[in-house]
Amino acid sequence: MLAAQTRAEIEHARGRYPHPRSAILPSLWAVQHELGWLPPEAMAEVAELLGLAPSEVQAVATFYSMYFKRPPGRHHILVCVNAACALRGADETAAHIEQRLGCPSGTTTADGMFTWESTIECLGGCGGAPMMQVDHHFEEHLTPQRIDTILARVAAQPAAHRDGPPSRVPNPPAANTPPPPTAEGPPSAGAAG
Amino acid sequence: MAEYKLLTKDIGVEGLQTLPVYERRGGYQALRTALRDRTPDEIIEQVKISGLRGRGGAGFPTGTKWSFLPRDVFPRYLCINADESEPGCFKDRYLIDENPHQLIEGIVIAAYALQVQHAFLYIRGEYHDQRLLLERCVEEARAAGYIGERILGSDFGCDVIVHGGAGAYICGEETALIDSLEGFRGQPRLKPPFPAVKGLYGKPTVVNNVETLSNLPHIVSRGGEWFKAIGTERSTGTRVWCCSGHIERPGCYEMELGRPIRELFEEHCGGMWKGRSLKAFQPGGGSMQVLLPEHLDLPLDMDAVMKAGSSLGAGAMMFMDETTCLVNVSMRLVDFYHHESCGKCAPCREGTYFESQLMHRLEAGVATLDELDTLKDICANMDGKCFCPLGDTATWFVMSAYRHFRAEFEAHCGAGACPVTGAHRPLLAGTA
Repeated sequence: MLAAQTRAEIEHARGRYPHPRSAILPSLWAVQHELGWLPPEAMAEVAELLGLAPSEVQAVATFYSMYFKRPPGRHHILVCVNAACALRGADETAAHIEQRLGCPSGTTTADGMFTWESTIECLGGCGGAPMMQVDHHFEEHLTPQRIDTILARVAAQPAAHRDGPPSRVPNPPAANTPPPPTAEGPPSAGAAG
Repeated sequence: MAEYKLLTKDIGVEGLQTLPVYERRGGYQALRTALRDRTPDEIIEQVKISGLRGRGGAGFPTGTKWSFLPRDVFPRYLCINADESEPGCFKDRYLIDENPHQLIEGIVIAAYALQVQHAFLYIRGEYHDQRLLLERCVEEARAAGYIGERILGSDFGCDVIVHGGAGAYICGEETALIDSLEGFRGQPRLKPPFPAVKGLYGKPTVVNNVETLSNLPHIVSRGGEWFKAIGTERSTGTRVWCCSGHIERPGCYEMELGRPIRELFEEHCGGMWKGRSLKAFQPGGGSMQVLLPEHLDLPLDMDAVMKAGSSLGAGAMMFMDETTCLVNVSMRLVDFYHHESCGKCAPCREGTYFESQLMHRLEAGVATLDELDTLKDICANMDGKCFCPLGDTATWFVMSAYRHFRAEFEAHCGAGACPVTGAHRPLLAGTA
């Protein structure tokens, strides 16, 4: 079910690590980037490509909070409500978004445009609190007006998982890449020249 | 006193995130010096002399950590911990956003010193844009010959692989990071064996934080003795402090270690916002114990802050004004640890659940005084009894807040609402 480009990304990721299993996370990211979430069939396909059992991939996918186990809306919003953001009005930010979108945290708007959730996981934007992430991008120093402007701007953009950043295309393995590590002797330790 | 700018001195220079600008500012000269004029052991010795301590939270001496690698066991690995997720902490994101090549240069220097051919840069999933930036910078560095085979014509080669996490605070713990990098659920491993002996793929591994490694080009360029002269005897160098909360100017400020916290708070952060007064602050990130206004005169020194009953941890300073409810802040931090507990050990998995339930009852004003004893019991059964520090630290803030603001905690009991803010907080399902 995966696009040829996604499969190529998974193959590329597999080649970057001494053990294919290490490519699970980047592979799941590639799948989510294409489909927006992780359907069981796609996880099975990842398992096949990496030479693992589907249950092994599922076990990993369900551990990490950023992988979606069901389809989200076209855009995804995370609002931080941890302590540093809360001190500067994160609860009001979350309430404003809930009121604007008309649905509670953890759900998707009726038109499928936004999935939003308030998260207790600190997003590393405390210096710009209150803040949120929209399709992974930081939006800081939020006010009700700024939130409205951002929501309007994002709603006019294509869905996050279909038109990702151009740098999504994996770099081809560079000619100047050292061979995978082996258990044989040390690399030369002498200072050159 | 101005900021002491070492890691941040070039921040603000237009285009610093691009290789040509970084090179014009002297970038990659330290790597050149290292490869041309120093043996790996000489670099390790300079890092030891510098007194550099890890900037990820634990403050372990970097040179000592490096020297734990067994000699002549290969391959060996370097993992860069960019899984910054400590509540209140955003310095690594700042250093990556503003000066990514400084980090990459530090990584390659460390790889050379440790004779590592593969360095894995593990960056938290939420730092998606930062991951893309690092990937671009790694390719720039590779194209210029700073990464890859025979770097700068030397016999040394190494690759840097940027690896994105996917939302798990625990993956900042070094052994959980290794587990995650191997493609497992990120859960901590029993130590010993320490990663230096048996780490990634069972091989000797060093895990270093972003800020720690960003110091290396400066130590190589100017020497361990020079670095050691900055800061205090046991807390050398500078640190980038992430300041947040009720202050006029939240943000990152680099300061020499040993300066008074008050200087950071008043001169750089601009003091409290809205003309209010300081009620409490947390000096090291969500894990660390709360301190009081009288502690502002403590120096930014790891040992001095430890003596006062807290820690500088990951360098995250969160300031709270007189309107703050410490029960509410404690509840959020406990919720965070409950959310992030990996589930491997019972004291943390179950303890954070009960802690969270109790804190919600307390903040809603429906808990009884007896339940405060229960809270203390739960915390006593967690601290020091969990598999990794996550469970231990899930008790530190709340217990220190209880010690310093006991009356506030007691005033919540049976109040029917938060007595500090007057807020009526709906109870979580199952806590009534």
